[in-house]
Amino acid sequence: MRKLLLLVAALLVAHVALLFIHPAGAAAPPAGHTIDVGVVFDLGGRGDKSFNDGAYLGAERAEKALGVQVRFIEPGEGSDRESGLRLLAAEGMDLVIGVGFIFTDDLTQLAREYPNTKFAGVDYSVATDPSGKVVPPPANLAALKFREEQGSYLVGALAALVGKSKKVGFVGGMDSPLIQKFEMGYRAGVKQVCPDCIVLSQYAGVTPEAFRNPGKGKEIALSQYQQGVNVIFHASGSTGLGVFEAARQTNKLAIGVDADQYSEAPGYVLSSMVKGVDNAVYDAIRKVKDGQFRGGIYQYGLAESGVGYVYDKNNERLIPPVVHARLEQLRQEIVAGRIVVPSTR
Amino acid sequence: MIALAFFAQTLRIAIPYLLAAAGGVMSERAGLIGLTLEGYMLGGAFCAVAASFASGSPWLGVLAAVAGGALLALLYAVSAIRFRADQVVVGIAINLLAIGLTRFLLRLFFDSSSNSPRVAGFTSQGSGTGFGALVQNPVVWLGIAVIPAAAWLLYRTPFGLRVRAVGEHPAAAASVGVPVARVRYLAVLVSGMLAGLGGAYLALDQHQFTDGMTAGRGFIALAATIFGRWDPLRAGLACLLFAAAETLQIQLQGTQAIPSQFVEMIPYALTIVALAGVVGRAVAPAALGKTTIE
Repeated sequence: MRKLLLLVAALLVAHVALLFIHPAGAAAPPAGHTIDVGVVFDLGGRGDKSFNDGAYLGAERAEKALGVQVRFIEPGEGSDRESGLRLLAAEGMDLVIGVGFIFTDDLTQLAREYPNTKFAGVDYSVATDPSGKVVPPPANLAALKFREEQGSYLVGALAALVGKSKKVGFVGGMDSPLIQKFEMGYRAGVKQVCPDCIVLSQYAGVTPEAFRNPGKGKEIALSQYQQGVNVIFHASGSTGLGVFEAARQTNKLAIGVDADQYSEAPGYVLSSMVKGVDNAVYDAIRKVKDGQFRGGIYQYGLAESGVGYVYDKNNERLIPPVVHARLEQLRQEIVAGRIVVPSTR
Repeated sequence: MIALAFFAQTLRIAIPYLLAAAGGVMSERAGLIGLTLEGYMLGGAFCAVAASFASGSPWLGVLAAVAGGALLALLYAVSAIRFRADQVVVGIAINLLAIGLTRFLLRLFFDSSSNSPRVAGFTSQGSGTGFGALVQNPVVWLGIAVIPAAAWLLYRTPFGLRVRAVGEHPAAAASVGVPVARVRYLAVLVSGMLAGLGGAYLALDQHQFTDGMTAGRGFIALAATIFGRWDPLRAGLACLLFAAAETLQIQLQGTQAIPSQFVEMIPYALTIVALAGVVGRAVAPAALGKTTIE
């Protein structure tokens, strides 16, 4: 027992000591050197059919079109996300990208420790100080944010126009400011086209597990459909797969999120509120390549085609032309700034 | 109408809890901590989908889930009984194994880290929200029957008597010729099969496997086991209580009458209350967690 404790203590000391070692990395990039990019995925990694896959697509496109070298790291269960980022930064990557709001604190910390490395965070959540002022990220860190409220506004209008029952539904994953942004935009969109509509809104939980609980998602959706809702918009990761299942079971409609989710339940997915994670990642890499990279907050909204809704040959028979025209009109008004979509409660 | 919908939803939410909690009671009454229920459920859920996908038959999916749960349970039993490993440590390891293994196999078989393709299940398209969809599903019937069946097995059969004996005083049981290790193996295997069945319900109800889809339901079943004072009927009631609280919160959505944080807390808070002895005395099986005595 004593020996074991000593061993553990020794390992612990070594571990802590290693924390303070900063590998120098490649000191100065030699001339003609290609750009090295490191990407750390959020839980789920590639094949999540959502923003990890989006980031992968963007990076892969950059690899082909810009000739950069990309390395991907998929963290497992637990807390080794930070070590993935740290590894890439220490290896002297030119740009390190963290995919998911969960990397916010780690990226901020590492950007301070490695001022010569450039960082980008997809869905990076910008902090505010107690007086409510925005705390800007470090100068070598780009926060890639999306105006989810704008895309959600359009699908809110879509849900109310197609649903026709004066009741529309919303299912959120983890109750958090990021997901509330979707809800607030959605509510505003519903109110715009149907002032007396009621929005039934429910979150699957208060922990990250709430993004991976399709059983709960299905029950929430069944209960909303039963109360007279015809269309539900979900912003809840794979919990939303349960919402689609409920739509099948009750012959009603659901709206997907992040990526085009039509194939998850063909005929029951009215549309999807898509986020252009691929374009944002590609943009960030291109800027590094061109030497134009600046830290700061980047917002991708309807105007930048950073968010939008799916309207293609799969779902056009579900959306009447009048409705589509109305949505396009709303889109233009938002782009022109005549409609300002709220993003907080 | 509202009451009926409420009851149907409570039952739907309760089925996986009931199956896993019956397993939890069997395992814990034999002296083996039921921390692994979560892992059995997840493993069962994956096996159900893999077999249903390969064969097109949800029945084979159910059988595979039972087998998958039993396999993980066997691993637990061998580590804890044969090699006398610490039950809590092995239990956590098996849950982590189930998470990692299902994710690995999901990617290997279905090339996705999120979810499997759609498979055959018991409920049909457009079957609605009422009892129609519920009675179609044979796993629902199993979930309802499992509690009386577990009570009968535990209190009315020689095997049940032996299970209770090895959980209370294995040395005394051994002295009258009860094969302690064999009884424990069987009890753990039964618990794995039942929890695997709970996982099969979850997965076949969704018609697919989703990474980490059990989302803590095994731990809620364990909480019900303890809150039900290791008695199948009381544990069953605890499951219904937890499910009813969840249903209430879902049905009152939008009104924010009950904060979701509060409902998520209920099973665990009640478990602490039960262990603190507020509602009657909760006395665990005396040999629970001890594997060194035979």
